[in-house]
Amino acid sequence: MPKSVSGLAAPFPPSNVDTDVIMPKRFLRTITREGLGEGTLADLRFDEERHIRPDFILNRAPWNDASILIVGDNFGCGSSREHAVWGLKQMGIGGVIGTGFAGIFFDNARKNGLALPIVPAALRDDLLALASHEDGLTITIDIAEGVLRFDNQVQPFTMDDATTTALLEDRDDTLDSLKLADQIRKYETGLTEKMRVKVIA
Amino acid sequence: MTRTLYDKLVDAHKVCDLPDGEMLVYVDFHIMNEYTSPQAFSGLEQKGLPVWRPEAHLSVVDHVNATRSSQPPDAASKLLIDNLNANCRKHGIALYGLGDPRQGIEHVVVPEQGLVAPGMLIACGDSHTTTYGAFGALGFGIGTSEVEHVLATQTLRYKRLKTMLVSVEGKLPAGATAKDIIMKVVQVVGAGGANGYAVEFTGSAIRDLDMSGRMTICNMAVELGGRAALMAPDEKAYAKIAGRAHSGLLDFSGETWVSDPGAPFDAVFEIDAADIAPLVTWGISPDQSVPVDGVVPSQTAHMPPKAKEGLQRALDYMGLQPGQPVQGISIDSAFIGSCTNSRIEDLRAAAEILKGRKVATTVQAIVVPGSIFTKLQAEKEGLDQVFRDAGFDWRPESGCSMCLAMNDDVALDGERVASSTNRNFEGRQGRGARTHLMSPAMVAAAAIKGHITDIRDFKKGS
Repeated sequence: MPKSVSGLAAPFPPSNVDTDVIMPKRFLRTITREGLGEGTLADLRFDEERHIRPDFILNRAPWNDASILIVGDNFGCGSSREHAVWGLKQMGIGGVIGTGFAGIFFDNARKNGLALPIVPAALRDDLLALASHEDGLTITIDIAEGVLRFDNQVQPFTMDDATTTALLEDRDDTLDSLKLADQIRKYETGLTEKMRVKVIA
Repeated sequence: MTRTLYDKLVDAHKVCDLPDGEMLVYVDFHIMNEYTSPQAFSGLEQKGLPVWRPEAHLSVVDHVNATRSSQPPDAASKLLIDNLNANCRKHGIALYGLGDPRQGIEHVVVPEQGLVAPGMLIACGDSHTTTYGAFGALGFGIGTSEVEHVLATQTLRYKRLKTMLVSVEGKLPAGATAKDIIMKVVQVVGAGGANGYAVEFTGSAIRDLDMSGRMTICNMAVELGGRAALMAPDEKAYAKIAGRAHSGLLDFSGETWVSDPGAPFDAVFEIDAADIAPLVTWGISPDQSVPVDGVVPSQTAHMPPKAKEGLQRALDYMGLQPGQPVQGISIDSAFIGSCTNSRIEDLRAAAEILKGRKVATTVQAIVVPGSIFTKLQAEKEGLDQVFRDAGFDWRPESGCSMCLAMNDDVALDGERVASSTNRNFEGRQGRGARTHLMSPAMVAAAAIKGHITDIRDFKKGS
């Protein structure tokens, strides 16, 4: 993962955009992670006949080239489906800037290198307004420095240390945690027999 | 030092500290379904990793299966179900698949099988895993990458949450149920109000509830953003799991699974049970609800522009007018089911309303029992006949069904559904479908009247 994500920002202001909206269920019937870009925000981008909805922000120039979204409160709420994050990434979105995100979506984003900087509501509203101009707003999410750069401004964002490290280091959590196998085994020796769940097959 | 129940559970499961303020926590029990696990198994495959402890996992088919028959509804569903079968066989993981008498909605099945005990840590690739908090177990939803992590290591990388206490004191008025308590909490705290928090519920109104009602509340805690929900286990909790298939095999006692008196919470909400009426959602977020005798909200002078837009967006999608009374909104279908409200107690409550009555001719009504176990119990009590006589379609198989419409139970564009489920999101029950969340008894009453109606008037026999 690069130390920063740069690109054109699109305003997407509704509150409580849930993962059913981000990745409708008909795209979930798959056993791979691929091919989800088409499904991302599909019911907003396309009508029932799969024609492009020309009024939707991501279908209009210049925002059809956006790689960053400025979003409303509580983006990513609802279902745990990681498909929502895979789809955003596959659609070319590298960062989503908001005031706060639902917990499972936030964790899923980190696992997939999708940057979710958190900013105060006033700054988010300013960014929504700036990004709405047709000449387009380019933003750099500087992950290492913890700041957003745009229009000669530098504004700090919030991101917990573990998420920042994970985004910068592009590591594999599963393999990293297996390096602690001895610690896990040690914990297990402290469990009584009745604390070691054995599901009856 | 005094600790909350949440902190005790986290402390008990800490394997070791990690950099950046994280820790590794041990997962006692992990549940999988057919749609959020396939890519986790392929991750193991790619990395050449075994499952750390196969006997600590359970897979259940519930999201995509049909409920009319035990055959998969189409090729894509069959692929997901067959894939789960193959993965479980390969790794020696227990599977409650189609045709298994233990199958059903994962969060209904687990307590039925006695696979939850106070003090456990339970993870599952499903957001409604918060349900297990009703037993004093720390349950939470995870993404597919984390499913892979649990399979390979039996642990998760974890950051301690903030804590919120929601106290509901007093006696619930007639007609109000556990569903109305949690819908009220979502309304008060807001749809994202508990993001970053573990929410503990307390108060006499919670203690008065049976375990089914408590599960309904913990289940929907995720709709306010709670990453975990908890209730201190009491004798009702222990009694509910006693004598189940696995309960004799489990014992996580040894700690006192309650928050210490005076333990500090980061946020506190107090709700008077007497203020809780039967609630109905009018919008597209679970916090957009009003009492059933209320009206659809209107714009007010002080409303910020963003709030006005949000209100309008919801009204447009739902096809409602500001100021319109909620009672009298016509419905096209009624759905009783989901991990929120499909347990035997929910079916009994709905059947009580339906007994001797008929569903309106304009309404298509479906009931999907939460599990095969639940179905058989209902049939033993004659509830299936009550539903059938009233005109409900009593489904022989169990699953999530029309709660999220991943199978063939899909509401049509513009169809209005009275639903005992948990999410009224745009398109949740089908593209363009309009969902009104309410308690199972309220769904039954709406099905009979053909429109949303006040259960309190209804019970008087009007």
